[in-house]
Amino acid sequence: MPPIVSVTPKIVVQSNDFDLTKEVEALTADRTDVGALVSFLGLCRDENHSLEALELEHYPGMAETEITRIAKKAIERWPLQGLTVIHRFGRLRPGEQIVLVAAASAHRQAAFEAADFLMDFLKNHAPFWKKQHFASTEAPSWLEAKQTDEEALLRWNK
Amino acid sequence: MEIRYFAWVREKVGCEAEDLDVPSDIQTVAALIKWLVSRGENYAEAFADEEAIRVALDQEHVEHDARITPASEIAFFPPMTGG
Repeated sequence: MPPIVSVTPKIVVQSNDFDLTKEVEALTADRTDVGALVSFLGLCRDENHSLEALELEHYPGMAETEITRIAKKAIERWPLQGLTVIHRFGRLRPGEQIVLVAAASAHRQAAFEAADFLMDFLKNHAPFWKKQHFASTEAPSWLEAKQTDEEALLRWNK
Repeated sequence: MEIRYFAWVREKVGCEAEDLDVPSDIQTVAALIKWLVSRGENYAEAFADEEAIRVALDQEHVEHDARITPASEIAFFPPMTGG
């Protein structure tokens, strides 16, 4: 069933941190028709104390445009009541927040699927690149894209 | 033509962006890559693995056979690793 009112997604690309609680509250403020809210938070991960920082490079302008394109596809596909995507750039330390996707809907399936869809396409199509800076003297290196991430897009063609 | 480079493509080419006078017979992304590679070792190295090079034309993803014009903004970069 198509959404009755068209939803304008909130898309932000910034170096500053964000507040998960505030973003989630904003999606449900002054309304009582939201039955499900799914939020995904991506964090800067350090698996064996080797990472000093992640440097996130982005394509200013295109990053916002591309995320907006993906968000609009999700809005066309699922009956969403609200959608927020925040992606950070710059130098991030292990444990810091990188990305937030929050989707609100009347029912959980749409919210879960839309958030999942957003993350799959963000990883493959949003113009961001991660460079790893190590705690040791090891030279910094660009993270390589995973084949599995690209393959993950295929399941949305159904 | 405004050409931009990101991540390791930027590092190998040695600059973030440049405005180049591209010959008028260069009309596709693939031809532009060939022309850039002929300009110097830094380009040859950046585009050595052509399959790995992703392209945006006026800030939209395109394939290497996309047509370009002198007014285009072209960006070259590796597969993305955001999220």
